[in-house]
Amino acid sequence: MSDIELVNVSKHTCRDISLKIGDGELFAIVGTTGAGKTTLLNAVAGVIDYTGSVRIGGVPVDARSPQERGVGYLCQDPALFPHLTVASNIAFGLRAAGCDRAAADRRVSALLEWMRISHLAARYPHMLSGGEKKRVALARSLAPSPKILLLDEPTSSLDPQTARYLRSELQDFLKTLRITTVHVTHDLGEAEEIAGRIALISNGTIEQVSTPAELFFSPSSASVSEFIGMPNILECARSRTLASGLLEFVSGANLKLILPCDGAGIKRISIPPDAVSIVGARPAGHGLNRFRGRVEAITPHNGLVRMRVSVEGESLLSELPTPAFRELSVEKGDEVHVGIRLERVRYDPS
Amino acid sequence: MRNDGERIQSLWGILPVALFLATWELVGRFNLFPGQFFFPPFSTVLEEFWHLTANGVLGENFFSSLKRVLIGLGSGSVAGILVGIVMGWKDVFHKALHPIISLLYPIPALGWLPLLMLWIGINEMLPITIIFICSFFPVVYNTVTGIRNVDRKYIQAAETLGASNPRILFSIVVPLALPNIFTGLRLEAGMSWRVLIAAEMVAIPTGIGALLIRAENLVRVDIIMVCLIVLSAMCLLFERVFSYLERRCTRGWTRAA
Repeated sequence: MSDIELVNVSKHTCRDISLKIGDGELFAIVGTTGAGKTTLLNAVAGVIDYTGSVRIGGVPVDARSPQERGVGYLCQDPALFPHLTVASNIAFGLRAAGCDRAAADRRVSALLEWMRISHLAARYPHMLSGGEKKRVALARSLAPSPKILLLDEPTSSLDPQTARYLRSELQDFLKTLRITTVHVTHDLGEAEEIAGRIALISNGTIEQVSTPAELFFSPSSASVSEFIGMPNILECARSRTLASGLLEFVSGANLKLILPCDGAGIKRISIPPDAVSIVGARPAGHGLNRFRGRVEAITPHNGLVRMRVSVEGESLLSELPTPAFRELSVEKGDEVHVGIRLERVRYDPS
Repeated sequence: MRNDGERIQSLWGILPVALFLATWELVGRFNLFPGQFFFPPFSTVLEEFWHLTANGVLGENFFSSLKRVLIGLGSGSVAGILVGIVMGWKDVFHKALHPIISLLYPIPALGWLPLLMLWIGINEMLPITIIFICSFFPVVYNTVTGIRNVDRKYIQAAETLGASNPRILFSIVVPLALPNIFTGLRLEAGMSWRVLIAAEMVAIPTGIGALLIRAENLVRVDIIMVCLIVLSAMCLLFERVFSYLERRCTRGWTRAA
């Protein structure tokens, strides 16, 4: 068994954190910078002192050194040993565990091949790109077959394209491995893609632990809602299939949306504020998912402007950059045209 | 095959030396320096070098000096590296030894000479001990700095990979401290020759330093110059050897290599 349990763990910003992560679970911890995500991973890995207790497989491991915890840890900084080649870096943990050279070489070759980095085996870390370093560090963490894998922002400091590629590879690797994995990230989208459950941490306390869908559709507090971007949650009063892949969704207040969705069973939808676009004049083209609305409130927020707009009885929150708002030139009480961009709408199936 | 650019570059390196030797030869030969007797031309110095080599005087004194340097520098460096590793790795030893090392390090190696003459006497051990002191303290300092400057992230990574503390020390920390350790060794390799010559000049009857002081008594400027050339060549050679060893040990993983 390699389930993890944190009981009242405190260190730095983290205060009395209690958390249970199941055996073989893919679990994500999400939060802003400085929220205490890395501190939690460090406590599980045993590389820092802390108060409270960490249990692995039901056994308290607080007195155990990092070497004795059987945890693979991929830090934000890959920290590849600069004086060792890629192959030697990956073999390091195996040799430390007493694995003989031939067996270590076989395992290293298998890992290099699995991660499609065999061509890098003889290179030194300074010869690698950011993405390659991360993959080598992941292979190194996995080489000693840890019971638990801790990933601290594995796609940070990479360009968006490499990060996206690595994220999809990581998903494949983790699905194949089926070991308990704790993935720390500040990117909610990444957590949603990879993890089965997400813990949202803010200012050193766990705000909510739930599935991604629960997090997006039932945020437990205002701060969680703020973190996930204050989405507009619309409950489904009724729905009907118009054609194959097209669904008419009617909200409780009678706002009708046409959604590209198969099946009639939708409980609610979540529309991020930046997917609610507002224009002064009626836009050209078809009138699908476009409405007339009235501005109820205007609030500046972190370089953006948030507008609450009343649309067909629903109150929707829209968010737009300040320059775009200035160009729009609307005031409270003005009539506006509202469009819903569907590509970022989330569906909660009933 | 080397291209023209490389050939021109190596020529530029040789040219100043050739120019210096030619000027020396001309100044000595045409008595352009006040008193030709005190400024022999380069060819006379070379002639004397050959003469001293052929009659075995230079070889005998050179090997006496070389033996002292090798023993003193070798033992001082090994001891310095070991103490440096212990001090750099274990805080308790650093706290205990750092004040003592800090107090003794600034004393010039030759400053120990009067004390060591009284304690050890005038024998082979005297120059060896001086060289030991000369190399020990800087090597300790550079090793401690190298070990303590190893980024904590590498140690943490090795810990989470299950490595024992000795393995972390010898597989990660010491190799990463090598550039610092070699800086200390390289500097002290040349310095040990300079200190040895001074010690031999003052107290020891054999060695290049002793030959130098005997030549001075006989007003044999050519022999003095031969000794200085040998000293210069050995300082350079020792520094180059350590530079080469450093490159060999860190080849591939340091960007500069």
